[in-house]
Amino acid sequence: MSSVLYDNPGPRARRRNVLYTVAFLAVLALVAWWVLTALNDKGQLDAAKWSPFVTDPQVWTTYLLPGLTETLKAAALAILIALPLGAALGIGRLSDHAWVRVPVGAIVEFFRAIPVLILMIFASQIYAKFTTVSSDFRPLYAVVTGLVLYNASVIAEVVRAGVLSLPRGQSDAAVALGMRKGQSMLYVLLPQAVTVMLPALVSQLVVIVKDTALGGAVLGFGELLSQNRQITANYGANTIATFTVIALVYIALNAVITNLASRLEKRLRQGRKTSAVKENSPAETTETPAGAVSGA
Amino acid sequence: MFDFLDSGQYDLLGAFWVTAQLALYSAIGSLIWGTALAAMRVSPVPLMRTFGTTYVNLVRNTPLTVVIVACSFGLDQTLGITLGADSSEDIGFRLAILGLVAYTGTFVCEALRSGINTVPTGQAEAGRALGLSFTQVLTLVVLPQAFRAAVTPLANVLIALTKNTTVAAAIGAAEAALLMKDMIENEADALFVVFALFAFGFMVLTLPTGLFLGWAAKRLAVKR
Repeated sequence: MSSVLYDNPGPRARRRNVLYTVAFLAVLALVAWWVLTALNDKGQLDAAKWSPFVTDPQVWTTYLLPGLTETLKAAALAILIALPLGAALGIGRLSDHAWVRVPVGAIVEFFRAIPVLILMIFASQIYAKFTTVSSDFRPLYAVVTGLVLYNASVIAEVVRAGVLSLPRGQSDAAVALGMRKGQSMLYVLLPQAVTVMLPALVSQLVVIVKDTALGGAVLGFGELLSQNRQITANYGANTIATFTVIALVYIALNAVITNLASRLEKRLRQGRKTSAVKENSPAETTETPAGAVSGA
Repeated sequence: MFDFLDSGQYDLLGAFWVTAQLALYSAIGSLIWGTALAAMRVSPVPLMRTFGTTYVNLVRNTPLTVVIVACSFGLDQTLGITLGADSSEDIGFRLAILGLVAYTGTFVCEALRSGINTVPTGQAEAGRALGLSFTQVLTLVVLPQAFRAAVTPLANVLIALTKNTTVAAAIGAAEAALLMKDMIENEADALFVVFALFAFGFMVLTLPTGLFLGWAAKRLAVKR
Protein backbone atom coordinates (compact mmCIF):
# COMPACT_ATOMS: atom_id res chain seq x y z
CA MET A 1 0.00 0.00 0.00
CA SER A 2 1.43 3.33 -1.03
CA SER A 3 0.40 6.68 0.37
CA VAL A 4 1.60 10.25 0.50
CA LEU A 5 3.69 9.29 3.50
CA TYR A 6 5.72 6.35 2.23
CA ASP A 7 6.62 4.34 -0.89
CA ASN A 8 5.80 0.73 -1.56
CA PRO A 9 8.16 -1.14 0.78
CA GLY A 10 11.27 -2.72 -0.70
CA PRO A 11 13.01 -5.76 0.77
CA ARG A 12 14.71 -3.80 3.54
CA ALA A 13 11.59 -1.87 4.48
CA ARG A 14 9.63 -5.10 4.52
CA ARG A 15 12.09 -6.66 6.94
CA ARG A 16 11.86 -3.57 9.12
CA ASN A 17 8.07 -3.72 9.06
CA VAL A 18 8.16 -7.31 10.32
CA LEU A 19 10.38 -6.12 13.16
CA TYR A 20 7.95 -3.31 14.02
CA THR A 21 5.03 -5.75 13.90
CA VAL A 22 6.75 -8.08 16.37
CA ALA A 23 7.65 -5.20 18.70
CA PHE A 24 4.12 -3.80 18.57
CA LEU A 25 2.65 -7.22 19.20
CA ALA A 26 4.88 -7.56 22.26
CA VAL A 27 3.69 -4.21 23.63
CA LEU A 28 0.03 -5.15 23.00
CA ALA A 29 0.53 -8.51 24.70
CA LEU A 30 2.16 -6.82 27.68
CA VAL A 31 -0.75 -4.39 28.08
CA ALA A 32 -3.30 -7.18 27.65
CA TRP A 33 -1.50 -9.33 30.22
CA TRP A 34 -1.40 -6.44 32.69
CA VAL A 35 -5.12 -5.67 32.24
CA LEU A 36 -6.13 -9.32 32.51
CA THR A 37 -4.10 -9.89 35.69
CA ALA A 38 -5.59 -6.76 37.21
CA LEU A 39 -9.09 -8.02 36.36
CA ASN A 40 -8.31 -11.53 37.54
CA ASP A 41 -6.97 -10.31 40.88
CA LYS A 42 -10.37 -8.77 41.62
CA GLY A 43 -12.20 -11.83 40.33
CA GLN A 44 -13.77 -9.90 37.44
CA LEU A 45 -12.89 -12.64 34.96
CA ASP A 46 -14.85 -15.35 36.81
CA ALA A 47 -17.18 -17.17 34.47
CA ALA A 48 -20.08 -16.55 36.85
CA LYS A 49 -19.77 -12.79 36.24
CA TRP A 50 -19.96 -13.10 32.45
CA SER A 51 -22.21 -16.09 31.88
CA PRO A 52 -25.54 -14.41 32.85
CA PHE A 53 -25.36 -12.36 29.65
CA VAL A 54 -25.37 -15.58 27.62
CA THR A 55 -27.26 -18.09 29.72
CA ASP A 56 -29.80 -15.98 31.61
CA PRO A 57 -32.33 -14.33 29.28
CA GLN A 58 -33.65 -12.36 32.25
CA VAL A 59 -30.69 -9.99 32.18
CA TRP A 60 -31.83 -8.99 28.73
CA THR A 61 -35.60 -9.00 29.19
CA THR A 62 -35.62 -7.28 32.59
CA TYR A 63 -32.78 -4.79 32.26
CA LEU A 64 -30.93 -4.40 28.98
CA LEU A 65 -33.78 -4.51 26.46
CA PRO A 66 -36.12 -2.16 28.38
CA GLY A 67 -33.16 0.18 28.78
CA LEU A 68 -32.41 -0.04 25.07
CA THR A 69 -36.07 0.69 24.32
CA GLU A 70 -35.91 3.88 26.41
CA THR A 71 -32.70 4.90 24.64
CA LEU A 72 -34.27 4.32 21.22
CA LYS A 73 -37.47 6.10 22.25
CA ALA A 74 -35.61 9.20 23.37
CA ALA A 75 -33.34 9.18 20.31
CA ALA A 76 -36.25 8.68 17.89
CA LEU A 77 -38.34 11.44 19.48
CA ALA A 78 -35.35 13.77 19.47
CA ILE A 79 -34.46 13.22 15.81
CA LEU A 80 -38.10 13.39 14.67
CA ILE A 81 -38.58 16.78 16.33
CA ALA A 82 -35.08 18.12 15.66
CA LEU A 83 -35.06 17.38 11.90
CA PRO A 84 -37.97 19.62 10.82
CA LEU A 85 -37.05 22.23 13.42
CA GLY A 86 -33.44 22.20 12.26
CA ALA A 87 -34.47 22.40 8.61
CA ALA A 88 -36.70 25.39 9.42
CA LEU A 89 -33.90 27.12 11.33
CA GLY A 90 -31.40 26.39 8.55
CA ILE A 91 -33.68 27.83 5.89
CA GLY A 92 -34.47 30.74 8.17
CA ARG A 93 -30.78 31.50 8.41
CA LEU A 94 -30.61 31.66 4.60
CA SER A 95 -33.53 34.09 4.44
CA ASP A 96 -33.27 37.33 2.48
CA HIS A 97 -34.94 39.20 5.32
CA ALA A 98 -32.61 40.37 8.06
CA TRP A 99 -35.40 40.28 10.66
CA VAL A 100 -35.60 36.50 10.13
CA ARG A 101 -31.94 35.77 9.44
CA VAL A 102 -30.42 37.59 12.41
CA PRO A 103 -32.56 36.22 15.27
CA VAL A 104 -32.45 32.70 13.84
CA GLY A 105 -28.67 32.95 13.57
CA ALA A 106 -28.48 34.10 17.20
CA ILE A 107 -30.65 31.18 18.37
CA VAL A 108 -28.56 28.66 16.43
CA GLU A 109 -25.23 30.00 17.69
CA PHE A 110 -26.53 30.21 21.27
CA PHE A 111 -27.70 26.62 21.52
CA ARG A 112 -24.62 25.30 19.73
CA ALA A 113 -22.30 26.98 22.24
CA ILE A 114 -23.90 25.38 25.31
CA PRO A 115 -23.26 21.81 26.48
CA VAL A 116 -26.27 19.58 25.96
CA LEU A 117 -26.14 18.46 29.61
CA ILE A 118 -26.71 22.06 30.77
CA LEU A 119 -29.77 22.21 28.50
CA MET A 120 -31.08 18.92 29.89
CA ILE A 121 -30.69 19.99 33.54
CA PHE A 122 -32.42 23.29 32.75
CA ALA A 123 -35.27 21.60 30.88
CA SER A 124 -35.76 19.12 33.71
CA GLN A 125 -36.19 21.95 36.20
CA ILE A 126 -38.52 23.84 33.86
CA TYR A 127 -40.79 20.79 33.59
CA ALA A 128 -40.71 20.35 37.36
CA LYS A 129 -41.65 23.94 38.05
CA PHE A 130 -44.03 25.00 35.30
CA THR A 131 -45.75 21.84 34.08
CA THR A 132 -47.63 18.92 35.54
CA VAL A 133 -45.57 16.27 33.76
CA SER A 134 -45.33 13.42 36.26
CA SER A 135 -41.90 12.76 37.70
CA ASP A 136 -41.82 9.37 35.93
CA PHE A 137 -41.79 11.00 32.52
CA ARG A 138 -39.84 14.13 33.43
CA PRO A 139 -36.39 12.64 32.67
CA LEU A 140 -37.55 11.53 29.20
CA TYR A 141 -39.04 14.97 28.50
CA ALA A 142 -35.91 16.70 29.76
CA VAL A 143 -33.56 14.51 27.73
CA VAL A 144 -35.58 14.93 24.54
CA THR A 145 -35.90 18.69 25.03
CA GLY A 146 -32.17 19.10 25.60
CA LEU A 147 -31.32 16.94 22.61
CA VAL A 148 -33.81 18.75 20.35
CA LEU A 149 -32.58 22.25 21.25
CA TYR A 150 -28.95 21.34 20.68
CA ASN A 151 -29.31 19.10 17.65
CA ALA A 152 -31.83 21.29 15.85
CA SER A 153 -29.24 24.07 15.81
CA VAL A 154 -26.52 21.69 14.62
CA ILE A 155 -28.83 20.33 11.90
CA ALA A 156 -29.64 23.93 10.94
CA GLU A 157 -25.96 24.46 10.17
CA VAL A 158 -25.81 21.19 8.22
CA VAL A 159 -28.83 22.20 6.14
CA ARG A 160 -27.40 25.65 5.50
CA ALA A 161 -24.03 24.23 4.42
CA GLY A 162 -25.80 21.67 2.21
CA VAL A 163 -27.89 24.27 0.40
CA LEU A 164 -24.92 26.62 0.01
CA SER A 165 -22.86 23.81 -1.50
CA LEU A 166 -25.18 23.57 -4.53
CA PRO A 167 -24.05 25.32 -7.71
CA ARG A 168 -25.53 28.79 -8.18
CA GLY A 169 -27.02 27.69 -11.50
CA GLN A 170 -29.62 25.63 -9.65
CA SER A 171 -31.30 28.56 -7.95
CA ASP A 172 -30.75 30.76 -11.05
CA ALA A 173 -32.56 28.17 -13.18
CA ALA A 174 -35.38 28.03 -10.66
CA VAL A 175 -35.73 31.82 -10.77
CA ALA A 176 -35.62 31.74 -14.58
CA LEU A 177 -38.51 29.28 -14.57
CA GLY A 178 -40.50 31.78 -12.53
CA MET A 179 -40.44 29.87 -9.27
CA ARG A 180 -40.89 31.76 -6.06
CA LYS A 181 -38.21 31.63 -3.36
CA GLY A 182 -40.15 29.06 -1.36
CA GLN A 183 -40.76 26.88 -4.40
CA SER A 184 -37.14 26.95 -5.47
CA MET A 185 -36.07 25.94 -1.97
CA LEU A 186 -38.66 23.19 -1.66
CA TYR A 187 -38.52 21.68 -5.16
CA VAL A 188 -34.99 22.44 -6.35
CA LEU A 189 -32.49 23.11 -3.59
CA LEU A 190 -33.53 20.98 -0.62
CA PRO A 191 -34.00 17.68 -2.51
CA GLN A 192 -30.49 17.94 -3.90
CA ALA A 193 -28.99 19.13 -0.65
CA VAL A 194 -30.31 16.06 1.16
CA THR A 195 -27.80 13.81 -0.60
CA VAL A 196 -24.94 16.10 0.34
CA MET A 197 -26.19 16.43 3.92
CA LEU A 198 -26.76 12.76 4.58
CA PRO A 199 -23.33 11.85 6.03
CA ALA A 200 -23.45 14.79 8.45
CA LEU A 201 -27.06 14.01 9.42
CA VAL A 202 -26.18 10.39 10.18
CA SER A 203 -23.21 11.34 12.32
CA GLN A 204 -25.65 13.62 14.16
CA LEU A 205 -28.02 10.71 14.69
CA VAL A 206 -25.16 8.73 16.22
CA VAL A 207 -24.40 11.73 18.45
CA ILE A 208 -28.04 11.80 19.59
CA VAL A 209 -28.02 8.09 20.47
CA LYS A 210 -24.81 8.57 22.45
CA ASP A 211 -26.09 11.68 24.23
CA THR A 212 -29.16 9.90 25.59
CA ALA A 213 -26.75 8.20 28.02
CA LEU A 214 -26.26 11.59 29.72
CA GLY A 215 -29.84 11.49 30.93
CA GLY A 216 -29.22 8.10 32.52
CA ALA A 217 -26.12 9.20 34.36
CA VAL A 218 -27.27 12.60 35.61
CA LEU A 219 -31.07 12.89 35.48
CA GLY A 220 -32.14 9.38 36.43
CA PHE A 221 -33.52 8.52 32.99
CA GLY A 222 -33.97 4.73 32.80
CA GLU A 223 -32.03 4.16 29.60
CA LEU A 224 -29.45 1.52 28.72
CA LEU A 225 -26.48 2.86 30.69
CA SER A 226 -28.47 3.41 33.88
CA GLN A 227 -29.26 -0.33 33.96
CA ASN A 228 -25.69 -1.03 35.07
CA ARG A 229 -26.50 -0.41 38.74
CA GLN A 230 -29.33 -2.94 38.79
CA ILE A 231 -27.40 -5.57 36.89
CA THR A 232 -24.27 -5.29 39.03
CA ALA A 233 -26.44 -5.35 42.15
CA ASN A 234 -28.30 -8.50 41.08
CA TYR A 235 -25.54 -10.51 39.40
CA GLY A 236 -22.70 -10.27 41.89
CA ALA A 237 -20.81 -7.04 41.20
CA ASN A 238 -19.89 -7.97 37.63
CA THR A 239 -19.05 -4.34 36.83
CA ILE A 240 -16.53 -4.97 34.08
CA ALA A 241 -18.71 -7.51 32.30
CA THR A 242 -21.76 -5.24 32.50
CA PHE A 243 -20.00 -2.19 31.11
CA THR A 244 -18.45 -4.28 28.34
CA VAL A 245 -21.86 -5.57 27.27
CA ILE A 246 -23.50 -2.13 27.50
CA ALA A 247 -20.72 -0.55 25.43
CA LEU A 248 -21.00 -3.33 22.85
CA VAL A 249 -24.75 -2.75 22.53
CA TYR A 250 -24.14 0.97 21.87
CA ILE A 251 -21.39 0.17 19.37
CA ALA A 252 -23.60 -2.34 17.54
CA LEU A 253 -26.52 0.11 17.46
CA ASN A 254 -24.36 2.90 16.04
CA ALA A 255 -22.77 0.53 13.53
CA VAL A 256 -26.26 -0.42 12.30
CA ILE A 257 -27.23 3.24 11.91
CA THR A 258 -24.04 4.08 10.01
CA ASN A 259 -24.45 1.02 7.80
CA LEU A 260 -28.06 1.78 6.92
CA ALA A 261 -27.13 5.34 6.08
CA SER A 262 -24.29 4.43 3.75
CA ARG A 263 -26.64 2.09 1.88
CA LEU A 264 -29.28 4.81 1.67
CA GLU A 265 -26.68 7.26 0.45
CA LYS A 266 -25.51 4.88 -2.26
CA ARG A 267 -29.08 4.43 -3.42
CA LEU A 268 -29.75 8.17 -3.44
CA ARG A 269 -26.61 8.79 -5.48
CA GLN A 270 -27.48 6.04 -7.96
CA GLY A 271 -31.00 7.35 -8.32
CA ARG A 272 -29.72 10.57 -9.82
CA LYS A 273 -27.39 9.89 -12.71
CA THR A 274 -26.79 13.52 -13.61
CA SER A 275 -26.14 14.88 -10.19
CA ALA A 276 -26.08 18.63 -9.88
CA VAL A 277 -23.98 18.22 -6.80
CA LYS A 278 -20.45 19.33 -7.45
CA GLU A 279 -17.81 16.64 -7.50
CA ASN A 280 -15.99 16.30 -4.18
CA SER A 281 -18.38 18.80 -2.63
CA PRO A 282 -19.57 16.70 0.32
CA ALA A 283 -16.20 16.50 1.99
CA GLU A 284 -15.22 20.07 1.43
CA THR A 285 -18.33 22.16 1.68
CA THR A 286 -20.53 20.45 4.23
CA GLU A 287 -17.99 21.03 6.90
CA THR A 288 -19.45 19.43 9.95
CA PRO A 289 -20.18 22.03 12.61
CA ALA A 290 -18.46 21.78 15.94
CA GLY A 291 -21.11 19.69 17.61
CA ALA A 292 -21.38 17.14 14.85
CA VAL A 293 -17.78 16.16 15.21
CA SER A 294 -18.03 14.71 18.66
CA GLY A 295 -20.98 14.76 20.93
CA ALA A 296 -20.73 13.26 24.33
CA MET B 1 -31.87 38.81 41.74
CA PHE B 2 -28.26 37.73 42.15
CA ASP B 3 -28.35 37.78 45.96
CA PHE B 4 -28.05 33.99 46.23
CA LEU B 5 -24.57 34.37 44.76
CA ASP B 6 -23.45 36.60 47.63
CA SER B 7 -24.24 34.00 50.26
CA GLY B 8 -20.89 32.35 49.55
CA GLN B 9 -22.68 29.03 49.27
CA TYR B 10 -21.78 28.52 45.61
CA ASP B 11 -18.28 28.77 44.19
CA LEU B 12 -19.19 29.70 40.62
CA LEU B 13 -15.73 30.78 39.51
CA GLY B 14 -14.18 27.78 41.21
CA ALA B 15 -16.48 25.42 39.29
CA PHE B 16 -15.65 27.06 35.97
CA TRP B 17 -11.97 26.92 36.89
CA VAL B 18 -12.32 23.14 37.32
CA THR B 19 -14.07 22.99 33.94
CA ALA B 20 -11.24 24.95 32.33
CA GLN B 21 -8.64 22.70 33.97
CA LEU B 22 -10.48 19.58 32.80
CA ALA B 23 -10.57 20.98 29.28
CA LEU B 24 -6.90 22.00 29.32
CA TYR B 25 -5.45 18.75 30.67
CA SER B 26 -7.73 16.62 28.50
CA ALA B 27 -6.80 18.71 25.46
CA ILE B 28 -3.08 18.15 26.04
CA GLY B 29 -3.59 14.45 26.74
CA SER B 30 -5.88 13.82 23.79
CA LEU B 31 -3.54 15.70 21.43
CA ILE B 32 -0.73 13.34 22.41
CA TRP B 33 -2.88 10.19 22.34
CA GLY B 34 -4.63 11.28 19.13
CA THR B 35 -1.31 11.94 17.40
CA ALA B 36 -0.08 8.50 18.44
CA LEU B 37 -3.30 6.94 17.09
CA ALA B 38 -3.01 8.88 13.83
CA ALA B 39 0.61 7.76 13.49
CA MET B 40 -0.55 4.16 13.87
CA ARG B 41 -3.38 4.57 11.37
CA VAL B 42 -1.09 5.87 8.63
CA SER B 43 1.92 3.70 9.48
CA PRO B 44 3.27 1.16 6.97
CA VAL B 45 2.83 -1.64 9.53
CA PRO B 46 -0.50 -3.43 8.91
CA LEU B 47 -0.94 -4.54 12.53
CA MET B 48 -0.64 -0.97 13.81
CA ARG B 49 -3.14 0.21 11.21
CA THR B 50 -5.60 -2.49 12.29
CA PHE B 51 -5.19 -1.60 15.95
CA GLY B 52 -5.64 2.14 15.30
CA THR B 53 -8.72 1.62 13.13
CA THR B 54 -10.33 -0.81 15.57
CA TYR B 55 -9.70 1.43 18.58
CA VAL B 56 -11.05 4.53 16.83
CA ASN B 57 -14.18 2.78 15.55
CA LEU B 58 -14.99 1.15 18.88
CA VAL B 59 -14.38 4.14 21.14
CA ARG B 60 -15.96 6.68 18.80
CA ASN B 61 -19.23 4.74 18.81
CA THR B 62 -19.31 4.40 22.60
CA PRO B 63 -21.05 7.25 24.43
CA LEU B 64 -18.59 9.42 26.37
CA THR B 65 -20.88 9.01 29.37
CA VAL B 66 -20.35 5.24 29.28
CA VAL B 67 -16.57 5.71 29.03
CA ILE B 68 -16.45 8.09 31.98
CA VAL B 69 -18.92 6.23 34.21
CA ALA B 70 -17.04 2.99 33.43
CA CYS B 71 -13.82 4.73 34.51
CA SER B 72 -15.40 5.51 37.86
CA PHE B 73 -17.25 2.23 38.51
CA GLY B 74 -14.77 -0.06 36.79
CA LEU B 75 -11.37 1.44 37.48
CA ASP B 76 -11.94 3.15 40.81
CA GLN B 77 -14.61 1.15 42.59
CA THR B 78 -13.84 -2.30 41.21
CA LEU B 79 -10.12 -2.35 40.48
CA GLY B 80 -9.09 0.30 42.99
CA ILE B 81 -7.21 2.41 40.42
CA THR B 82 -7.42 5.99 41.66
CA LEU B 83 -4.49 7.53 39.76
CA GLY B 84 -2.93 8.63 43.05
CA ALA B 85 -5.83 10.79 44.24
CA ASP B 86 -7.29 10.66 47.74
CA SER B 87 -10.54 12.64 47.94
CA SER B 88 -13.50 11.45 45.87
CA GLU B 89 -13.59 14.77 44.03
CA ASP B 90 -9.97 14.38 43.00
CA ILE B 91 -10.51 10.81 41.88
CA GLY B 92 -13.48 11.93 39.79
CA PHE B 93 -11.41 14.75 38.30
CA ARG B 94 -8.49 12.52 37.31
CA LEU B 95 -10.61 9.65 36.01
CA ALA B 96 -12.70 12.12 34.01
CA ILE B 97 -9.51 13.36 32.34
CA LEU B 98 -8.54 9.76 31.58
CA GLY B 99 -11.97 9.09 30.01
CA LEU B 100 -11.96 12.35 28.07
CA VAL B 101 -8.47 11.62 26.69
CA ALA B 102 -9.41 8.07 25.67
CA TYR B 103 -12.55 9.36 23.91
CA THR B 104 -11.35 12.66 22.41
CA GLY B 105 -8.12 11.05 21.18
CA THR B 106 -10.15 9.26 18.49
CA PHE B 107 -11.51 12.56 17.17
CA VAL B 108 -8.06 14.17 17.24
CA CYS B 109 -6.79 11.16 15.29
CA GLU B 110 -9.48 11.59 12.63
CA ALA B 111 -8.81 15.34 12.39
CA LEU B 112 -5.09 14.80 11.86
CA ARG B 113 -5.75 12.03 9.34
CA SER B 114 -8.07 14.28 7.35
CA GLY B 115 -5.25 16.85 7.43
CA ILE B 116 -2.79 14.33 6.00
CA ASN B 117 -5.33 13.36 3.34
CA THR B 118 -5.44 16.93 2.02
CA VAL B 119 -1.74 16.80 1.06
CA PRO B 120 -1.49 15.81 -2.62
CA THR B 121 0.71 12.78 -3.30
CA GLY B 122 2.67 14.94 -5.75
CA GLN B 123 4.14 16.85 -2.82
CA ALA B 124 5.83 13.77 -1.38
CA GLU B 125 6.83 12.57 -4.86
CA ALA B 126 8.45 15.92 -5.58
CA GLY B 127 10.29 15.69 -2.26
CA ARG B 128 11.60 12.24 -3.10
CA ALA B 129 12.58 13.36 -6.61
CA LEU B 130 14.72 16.04 -4.96
CA GLY B 131 16.49 13.29 -3.05
CA LEU B 132 15.00 13.96 0.38
CA SER B 133 15.00 11.05 2.79
CA PHE B 134 11.79 9.63 4.28
CA THR B 135 12.22 11.63 7.47
CA GLN B 136 12.88 14.79 5.52
CA VAL B 137 9.84 14.29 3.31
CA LEU B 138 7.71 13.73 6.38
CA THR B 139 8.97 16.60 8.55
CA LEU B 140 9.74 19.20 5.89
CA VAL B 141 7.05 18.61 3.27
CA VAL B 142 4.06 16.55 4.37
CA LEU B 143 3.46 17.21 8.08
CA PRO B 144 3.75 21.04 7.95
CA GLN B 145 0.99 21.10 5.33
CA ALA B 146 -1.04 18.44 7.12
CA PHE B 147 -1.02 20.30 10.46
CA ARG B 148 -2.08 23.53 8.83
CA ALA B 149 -5.03 21.81 7.16
CA ALA B 150 -5.96 20.12 10.43
CA VAL B 151 -6.40 23.36 12.40
CA THR B 152 -10.14 23.75 11.63
CA PRO B 153 -11.17 20.18 12.51
CA LEU B 154 -8.91 20.27 15.58
CA ALA B 155 -10.55 23.52 16.69
CA ASN B 156 -13.97 21.87 16.41
CA VAL B 157 -12.72 18.94 18.47
CA LEU B 158 -11.37 21.31 21.13
CA ILE B 159 -14.68 23.17 21.38
CA ALA B 160 -16.60 19.89 21.60
CA LEU B 161 -14.16 18.77 24.29
CA THR B 162 -14.79 21.90 26.35
CA LYS B 163 -18.52 21.19 26.25
CA ASN B 164 -17.97 17.48 26.93
CA THR B 165 -16.20 18.22 30.22
CA THR B 166 -19.72 18.60 31.68
CA VAL B 167 -20.05 14.81 31.48
CA ALA B 168 -17.57 14.65 34.37
CA ALA B 169 -20.53 15.73 36.53
CA ALA B 170 -21.74 12.14 36.21
CA ILE B 171 -18.86 10.93 38.40
CA GLY B 172 -18.80 13.83 40.82
CA ALA B 173 -15.99 16.04 39.56
CA ALA B 174 -16.78 19.47 41.00
CA GLU B 175 -17.20 21.24 37.65
CA ALA B 176 -19.78 23.66 36.28
CA ALA B 177 -22.62 21.28 35.33
CA LEU B 178 -22.59 19.66 38.78
CA LEU B 179 -22.77 23.05 40.49
CA MET B 180 -25.57 24.09 38.14
CA LYS B 181 -27.61 20.99 39.03
CA ASP B 182 -27.09 21.85 42.68
CA MET B 183 -27.97 25.51 42.28
CA ILE B 184 -30.98 25.00 40.04
CA GLU B 185 -32.53 22.58 42.51
CA ASN B 186 -31.90 24.78 45.55
CA GLU B 187 -32.72 28.14 43.97
CA ALA B 188 -35.73 27.15 41.90
CA ASP B 189 -36.96 30.78 41.90
CA ALA B 190 -33.82 31.96 40.13
CA LEU B 191 -34.08 29.21 37.49
CA PHE B 192 -33.55 31.46 34.48
CA VAL B 193 -30.78 33.47 36.11
CA VAL B 194 -28.86 30.31 36.95
CA PHE B 195 -29.28 29.00 33.39
CA ALA B 196 -28.18 32.34 31.92
CA LEU B 197 -25.11 32.41 34.18
CA PHE B 198 -23.94 28.98 33.10
CA ALA B 199 -24.83 29.50 29.46
CA PHE B 200 -22.80 32.70 29.54
CA GLY B 201 -19.91 30.91 31.24
CA PHE B 202 -19.71 28.29 28.53
CA MET B 203 -20.05 30.86 25.77
CA VAL B 204 -17.09 32.72 27.30
CA LEU B 205 -15.13 29.47 27.20
CA THR B 206 -16.10 28.30 23.69
CA LEU B 207 -16.81 31.33 21.50
CA PRO B 208 -13.39 33.08 21.75
CA THR B 209 -11.64 29.74 21.15
CA GLY B 210 -13.75 29.25 18.05
CA LEU B 211 -13.18 32.78 16.76
CA PHE B 212 -9.42 32.68 17.40
CA LEU B 213 -8.90 29.27 15.85
CA GLY B 214 -11.13 30.16 12.90
CA TRP B 215 -8.94 33.19 12.29
CA ALA B 216 -5.79 31.07 12.71
CA ALA B 217 -7.11 28.42 10.31
CA LYS B 218 -7.72 31.06 7.65
CA ARG B 219 -4.25 32.54 8.07
CA LEU B 220 -2.52 29.16 8.06
CA ALA B 221 -4.50 27.51 5.25
CA VAL B 222 -2.32 26.26 2.40
CA LYS B 223 -3.34 28.01 -0.82
CA ARG B 224 -3.72 25.50 -3.60
